[in-house]
Amino acid sequence: MTGPLREAIANSPYWALLAVLVIAPALIENQYILQVMIFVGIYIMLTLSLNLLNGYVGLIALGHAGFYGIGAYASAKFSLELGFPFLLSLLGSGVVAGVFGYLLGRPTLRLSGIYLALATLGFNVVLWLLLLNWMSFTNGPLGIMSIPPPNIFGYEIETRSDYFYLILTLVVLTLFSMNRLVNSRFGRALVAIREDELAAEAIGVDTTRYKVQAFVLSAFYAGLAGSFYAHFVKYVSPDSFTHMESFIMLAMLALGGSGNLFGPVVGATILIVIPEVFRGLLEYRMIIYGSVLVVMMLVRREGLLGGRDYSLRLRFLDDPEPEYTVGDKFLPDGDVGDGAEASSNPQGVEGRS
Amino acid sequence: MFEQLINGLTQGSVYALLALGFTVIFGTLRMVTFAHGEVFMVGAYIGLSLFTYFSPNFFFALVIVLLATFILGAVMEIVAFRFLRDAPHFSSLLVTIGISILLINVAQLIWGPGTRAVPPAIIEDLAYSEIEFNGIYVTYLQLAVLGVAIALMVAMYLFMERTKIGMAIRATAQDHEAAFAMGVNVNRVFTFTFAIGSMMGGVAGLLVGLYYNVFFPTMGTLLGLKAFSASVVGGLSSLPGAVVAGLIIGVVESFAVEVWDAGVRHMVSFLFMIVVLIARPAGLFGKKELIKARGD
Repeated sequence: MTGPLREAIANSPYWALLAVLVIAPALIENQYILQVMIFVGIYIMLTLSLNLLNGYVGLIALGHAGFYGIGAYASAKFSLELGFPFLLSLLGSGVVAGVFGYLLGRPTLRLSGIYLALATLGFNVVLWLLLLNWMSFTNGPLGIMSIPPPNIFGYEIETRSDYFYLILTLVVLTLFSMNRLVNSRFGRALVAIREDELAAEAIGVDTTRYKVQAFVLSAFYAGLAGSFYAHFVKYVSPDSFTHMESFIMLAMLALGGSGNLFGPVVGATILIVIPEVFRGLLEYRMIIYGSVLVVMMLVRREGLLGGRDYSLRLRFLDDPEPEYTVGDKFLPDGDVGDGAEASSNPQGVEGRS
Repeated sequence: MFEQLINGLTQGSVYALLALGFTVIFGTLRMVTFAHGEVFMVGAYIGLSLFTYFSPNFFFALVIVLLATFILGAVMEIVAFRFLRDAPHFSSLLVTIGISILLINVAQLIWGPGTRAVPPAIIEDLAYSEIEFNGIYVTYLQLAVLGVAIALMVAMYLFMERTKIGMAIRATAQDHEAAFAMGVNVNRVFTFTFAIGSMMGGVAGLLVGLYYNVFFPTMGTLLGLKAFSASVVGGLSSLPGAVVAGLIIGVVESFAVEVWDAGVRHMVSFLFMIVVLIARPAGLFGKKELIKARGD
């Protein structure tokens, strides 16, 4: 159907964007700008993972910074005390965060939205208190210092541009895997749950199972972001993972729009960049986030890019959408052909919709 | 030992008051507000300003705080809920989160980011003079906290059960469409209920602020969350449940400090909540049908 070349051309806007980002560090000499871009990357990952829950499943998860923090602390512990290489602690911290996601999601996802909102927020606060008070394990409010820089198969990540490429890789992997995920059976099940949980259950979607799976996955991605954060800043402390941090992610999602992969990217980028560009606003950062939440909900509830799918793909290169015959609304062309369907609708072939 | 119990009850009655406000709001609007802890903070700061700059009259401060947080609550309801009546609940939740962030930061601008206190000379009489009952010492302030909290709870009960507005609120809580059909001005009831709930939060703030004499912009956050857990433990829409759960949590907390260290104290309420959510999601006094009610 579609040749690999045509596929590549159709996706060329993405490649162009990626190419710009790959060249960027070579052109940007200002380390500070790179630093901001790295943080944009971290928050894109976080907002995307939150989007999986709030945007696709329609859950109200308010404690996402908890998983972010678990990832960061787990990664710090793995590297410092168990001597894991970076990639292993990266994956490991994602898994640890995922396990916590399961432990939290399993009992609470049976309940309605408000209970989940309270439970996730409570989880975030308990975690913060735990990090703050468990001196022997987390070093309390002082945090864990001198986390080693990532070392990937002998290559030491040191400079800002190295870190930039690392987070770029992570973000691209996140976007790619999430794109696959939300366009799969799994993703459609999640959207079905969001649109009408009862109906989804009625047509055989195991809603609790899918919700728990989405929860675990989302925690996993947040854990990865936390791990990168720990190795980038080289220092973790409880105050980086309070529920205010969760609220910041919510603000990014609210601004950008949820339920697609573009909104979170746009939202995270804008809300990280704006306070940095207008340096005078840095002090009022939280006021910006608060106002964004209020104003967006009152003025444009679905966010800047919400409500439908966006794509940079050059659509005109694609084959036209397959048309379905009237009688076989649920079957693509290829599957038409058993006699039973044709006989029940003698005009099936002519009556194209 | 006994003093520990009194401390726990004092603390618990504040939780109960906060949880009560939260429960009144949830019970009627079927929606959660995340700005409750910040209303509490506003109440506390108003108390601070009145005591420091105006007059250290407890009852005067009480009246002003009641009024101010009533208005704040009404405004919040109109912005966050009335404008979004047809929107998914999630939007209203996000607005209350936004409002809570805004309130914290506005308080930071007005009263400064650091910790503040009422000058000891002003509050001395209230805070440090003690009364003795058979060898147990209780400060005036503890009595005031307990007294005001109990008085407000009783007033709340009487208001709900004996007045016409209370009846309208109960009717709306049961079924707001039916109440509307019966001629209840549902919008007004919602706003009024929200304002009353916020008022409880504000008074709790005044009491706690004076009791510990520590004021900082995020003082309401943790307490607000504890009040959530208290009202979840109590069953989210049950007023007696909120009071009982608040008192239990207060007492358990104050004993937990004795047994373990101070860090454990703040976790008690959340652990309570998580256990209750897993074992008995309807809470101690809650009704079953609410659990699966689609809240999103």
